[in-house]
Amino acid sequence: MSGTTLAGAPAGSIFGGRVLPVALAVLAVLAVAVLAGGRYGLLLAIGLGFGVALEGLRFGFAGPWRAMILRREPAGLLAQLLAIGLVAAVAMPLLASHPQELSPAHAPVGWAMVGGAFVFGVAMQLVLGCGSGTLVNAGSGNVVGALALPFFAIGSFAGSLHLGWWNGLGLAPVVAVEGVSGLAITLAGLAVVAGLAIRLGVPGGSRLPRRLWLAAGVIAGLALLNLVVAGQPWGVVYGLGLWAAKGAAALGADLSANAFWAAPANAERLAASLLTDVTSLTNFGIIAGALLVSLWRGGLGAGLPRLPVQAWVAVVVAGLLLGYSSRLAFGCNVGAFFSGISTGSLHGWVWFLAAFAGSWLGIRLRPALGLEARP
Amino acid sequence: MTRRPIALLVVLGIAGVLALDATISKPPNPYRAPPLLALGSGLAPAGAHCSAAGS
Repeated sequence: MSGTTLAGAPAGSIFGGRVLPVALAVLAVLAVAVLAGGRYGLLLAIGLGFGVALEGLRFGFAGPWRAMILRREPAGLLAQLLAIGLVAAVAMPLLASHPQELSPAHAPVGWAMVGGAFVFGVAMQLVLGCGSGTLVNAGSGNVVGALALPFFAIGSFAGSLHLGWWNGLGLAPVVAVEGVSGLAITLAGLAVVAGLAIRLGVPGGSRLPRRLWLAAGVIAGLALLNLVVAGQPWGVVYGLGLWAAKGAAALGADLSANAFWAAPANAERLAASLLTDVTSLTNFGIIAGALLVSLWRGGLGAGLPRLPVQAWVAVVVAGLLLGYSSRLAFGCNVGAFFSGISTGSLHGWVWFLAAFAGSWLGIRLRPALGLEARP
Repeated sequence: MTRRPIALLVVLGIAGVLALDATISKPPNPYRAPPLLALGSGLAPAGAHCSAAGS
């Protein structure tokens, strides 16, 4: 990697240099703080931190699940469980002591929720990017992630339009654990999964490299900051669906008759600026943070994969499915798995089981769809 | 082709989303913004989350 310029990029090009992109990111945070309010600027900064940590420390979800399923390497999965446990250890007592100010990521378990999580697991292996992963991939110039992202947003919006019908198939009451006993149950559950992963893993595969220890701590810290600043846990999917809903509204769609978008909280988000939407701001930040890391590393000089037409079609369909299924599943790997489990929701655990099963299928579908890059 | 034009397209796409939003949404009002931190504010969280089950 070049010391002063991007690999292959002339100094002074639009992405060139290291100082200018950081200065622009800081400027963007300050601009949002001035235009919308300090909280929103801070949320964009938290998103930037997520993006830098996820891309810079190579902390992901789809990749580690693939490593566990294909090669029985559990280190990445263990890092996820560690991060979730760290968040739970602080978030659950905070949620119990400040119920008026902080809200958890609790959602019901239902037929469509389970099916949605399974399909999400399939799709996230097809594009090798989950909710946060697709944002990171797009920001780092990965063409698969960049192509999947707009369809992810459209799919999430489409899912929101049909959510009432899907929920009508059967939805159990919300089940969640809270307080000290809830935290103990959550940590015990994480320990059981970790123990199982270690037992199934190859010898030596459970040892976390230093970057994953660091990543788990940083991601957990940022997730807690998200909760303390926004009053709600880290999420991804809602913001993406909102972007597409804004586009539909701009094209003349009347969303006031739709049950999801007519709900007061969603109608308010639809009318308000994206600069005041929590998940949109952190999503923007994740994309920008991943771009920053790619600039620092010179990663934007890397070539694009050579894939057959059927693979590109599969990416588009997978993008739609990522969005649609995660809306039905009440979140993706972030909103349901990470934030659901770390705030005590049963749906987070059910999501994990269903999506992991879906990942097994998705991994096996990749070669048939031409998604393994040709040399 | 490298990743550079793809990243540029993503940045332009995000800029387009923000530009579209600016034309159809209420402009933000920093003077009515919530406190910096939700924790300790005494206010209920007003955002929407992925775990929302709809109405």
